[in-house]
Amino acid sequence: MEVIESGVGPMIQSLDMNAFREWNRQKPKGLVDKRMSEAEAVSRFVHDGDYIGTELYGTVRCPMSLVNEIVRQGKKDLRIAGQGVFELDMLLAAHLVKALDITYIGLEVYGVSECLRREVESGRVETCVDWSNAGITWRFKAAAMGVPFLPVRSMLGSDTLKYSAAKVVQCPFTGDPIALLPALILDVGLIHVHRSDKYGNAQIDGISGFAAEMARASRRLIISAEEIVDTEFIRQQPDRTIIPYYLVDGVVEAPFGSHPGEMCYVYKRDEAQIKSWVEASKEETTTQAYLQKYIYGVKDHREYLDFIGKDQLENLCYERGQI
Amino acid sequence: MTSPNSTPYNPNELLICTASRLMSDHTTAFIGTGIPMLAAALAQKMHAPNLVLVFEFGGAGALLDLLPLAVGEENTFHRAVSATGICDIMETAQRGFIEYGFLGGAQVDPYGNLNTTVIGDYYHPKVRLPGSGGGNDVGSHCWQTIIIMRQDKRRFIEKVDFITTPGYLTGPGAREKAGLPPGTGPFRVVTNLAVMGFHPESKRMMLLATQPDIPVEQVVENTGFELIIPDKVEVNQSPSAQELSILREEVDKDRYYI
Repeated sequence: MEVIESGVGPMIQSLDMNAFREWNRQKPKGLVDKRMSEAEAVSRFVHDGDYIGTELYGTVRCPMSLVNEIVRQGKKDLRIAGQGVFELDMLLAAHLVKALDITYIGLEVYGVSECLRREVESGRVETCVDWSNAGITWRFKAAAMGVPFLPVRSMLGSDTLKYSAAKVVQCPFTGDPIALLPALILDVGLIHVHRSDKYGNAQIDGISGFAAEMARASRRLIISAEEIVDTEFIRQQPDRTIIPYYLVDGVVEAPFGSHPGEMCYVYKRDEAQIKSWVEASKEETTTQAYLQKYIYGVKDHREYLDFIGKDQLENLCYERGQI
Repeated sequence: MTSPNSTPYNPNELLICTASRLMSDHTTAFIGTGIPMLAAALAQKMHAPNLVLVFEFGGAGALLDLLPLAVGEENTFHRAVSATGICDIMETAQRGFIEYGFLGGAQVDPYGNLNTTVIGDYYHPKVRLPGSGGGNDVGSHCWQTIIIMRQDKRRFIEKVDFITTPGYLTGPGAREKAGLPPGTGPFRVVTNLAVMGFHPESKRMMLLATQPDIPVEQVVENTGFELIIPDKVEVNQSPSAQELSILREEVDKDRYYI
């Protein structure tokens, strides 16, 4: 296959499919209780310098309690797959990010991420490699399939491809140019779900984003769940299980784990809290004050929820029958 | 902004109404955050009740009774026909199922190439923007992409700092040569001043219609490259009282955008 173009961007995570197979072979397959606190999960499974990914994103079914714990423990020099909003803003705000495979980091309706701007424009994020949104997800999908790359028709002809680590080849079947995306294997994946049993059999309601692909592309996987359910509940509707237990290393019970983001059918996004972050994140000093108040200043997720307050949280919940 | 005998409206309302009128019924549209969402919601309530809205993180066929504030939130699959994930949606676009795609950007060039990545040098950016997101994918796979932007000389420039999303690249045949699907590319550019298309042969941006009360000269003055001006240029109708009332009272009651 003739290589027509090679993106000039570096691979910020190494790619070894055989090592990934070996890793997956030795992962425990027994049904063991994996419940633990955020503090234990982050301290055991996230290390300085790790390559991590979060799912879904920002204000939607996002593992905020786990991200906040990473900030609290100050895991540094992280490399990150970046489709994110508030979750990646927190890691950037805390100066924990060294390199990014980035597709989108911004505040959606509220505009650009000032944290991203400060970290990248100052050079504190040392390496930024751009991809498209489908591009990053298909990289997870390649890893999930256990193959080193996937051929796709995104990114062709653009600077997005030119500065990435993708390649363009002549398709051996059709003769047309096609982009090859390298598989992306995460050191740690963080996914928040609606429910899981104690072993990590996890179910998601509503859209599934890229949970299935990212879970299977992760060497270590931490699940946080709104609710821990009995395994019998899972066994009664196994078709709903998006992440089977053998992929999972830690299970964290985290009600309102996506706050200030939403959890579909359970609670809505907390617009007031989101706006207070949007305002705070504009300047470095107010950013640090926000982290102090809501992350460093509270011991754990339970204390965070107490601090936000029962009334504010209950106001976000869907009333029975409303949906 | 006003026209004689019309309800006053603001520039965002004009953009939304203009974009909304471009959406046909019984077809598919890939919708991003912001003005495209409002335009799609308005189209569903005006002339396109069967418009199938597709959102990148998995929602397809939602009825936009409530305005989503994010492309993955619950309203993107409210009363939808399916709720899957990003791979399904992007692969559906890659297979040629999605007619319209909507895009915005910080910079656009005469060929409709868009920049949402950096202002300045890539390795030492003056401004680091959010990045492609689904933009590159929408611009690569949807049949007809519609660019929605504010128009001025800083945004409409001869050469963008970074091609995040491909338009017609360097001109006729360039998309196909790069391996992008034949028959795709930018269709319209909707701004506060005008609606533009692309010349069928040169693939350069061409004025089609001015917004109400905007002279052609004002469009030219606010374009940082040579815009093709055909002999006949249409004038858009002002947003109607009905469009404005649906927009204000149903689509964006809480005034997030308008």
